[in-house]
Amino acid sequence: MQEISLNLLDIAQNSITAKASILEITVDEQPEKDALLVTVKDNGCGMTEQQLESVTDPFYTGRKTRKVGLGVPLFKMAAELCGGSFSITSNLGIGTEVCAKFVLSHIDTMPLGDINSTIISLIQCNPDMQIIYKRVFCDNEFKLDTFEIKELLGSVPITNFEVMSFIKDFLEENEKQTANKRTVL
Amino acid sequence: MKTLAELEAIRDRVKPLINIRESDSNNTRIVVGMATCGIAAGARPVLNSLVEEVSKRNLQDVTITQTGCIGVCQFEPVIEVYQAGKEKVTYVKMTAEKAVRVINDHIVNGNIVDEFTIGSVTN
Repeated sequence: MQEISLNLLDIAQNSITAKASILEITVDEQPEKDALLVTVKDNGCGMTEQQLESVTDPFYTGRKTRKVGLGVPLFKMAAELCGGSFSITSNLGIGTEVCAKFVLSHIDTMPLGDINSTIISLIQCNPDMQIIYKRVFCDNEFKLDTFEIKELLGSVPITNFEVMSFIKDFLEENEKQTANKRTVL
Repeated sequence: MKTLAELEAIRDRVKPLINIRESDSNNTRIVVGMATCGIAAGARPVLNSLVEEVSKRNLQDVTITQTGCIGVCQFEPVIEVYQAGKEKVTYVKMTAEKAVRVINDHIVNGNIVDEFTIGSVTN
């Protein structure tokens, strides 16, 4: 995993497995605080206290096919290697929230990477899920909520090529606008 | 700046063009393995390339979706092609470029790309 956005795509898979209908991803970049906060929140099945304790253990997995589960441990490691932090909270039947803080200036911090591609992939593969993506940079922010888009589309599927290409352009333009005050640290 | 108002225009243009699928019999389903192993090996560009090529060719009866770990992590990125009445085809060690070939040769022209299939690799 060479990008934070790839880790996010991976962590979001757990929400899909947890049969979540709402998935909220937040990427909050605060250069003056030297911090990048990423959150993945879902309303899936949640975890028991015991599961929650073992989820950061690479030798724990919910699957029965093999004995390792690396998604959460890799994400935790990525955050902690750069002096950041990681937390996961979960309530059975309510949902799970994963938060990771990265230190922007640390040499071991992965680049955020192609976050828009991650969001697009999630929408493409989970058209029935409500995906809320919030991108913050300093005081600027924008939001994409697939519920609003689907309301507007009516019977036109969100996976329609023209719609997906609109969403892609929407994300890219807004990303540029939101993060245009990016300064070299 | 893109606004949702533009989306309304797209909706109105696209709506009459959408074929109501009569049956699922002609449908092709392409599944991309998107577990930790797949993502780390490069599943995201493979997925995006598949979607792009299917869109470019306007293949209405092809759906692209994802699954978890298929179980052959050493061969990731892995994709599977399901077509009604045909045996499942598993392609391994995919790249964005190979994905384009799978769409062109297999999905459009019906010729399985043997060299990319799981049967062609040795452990």
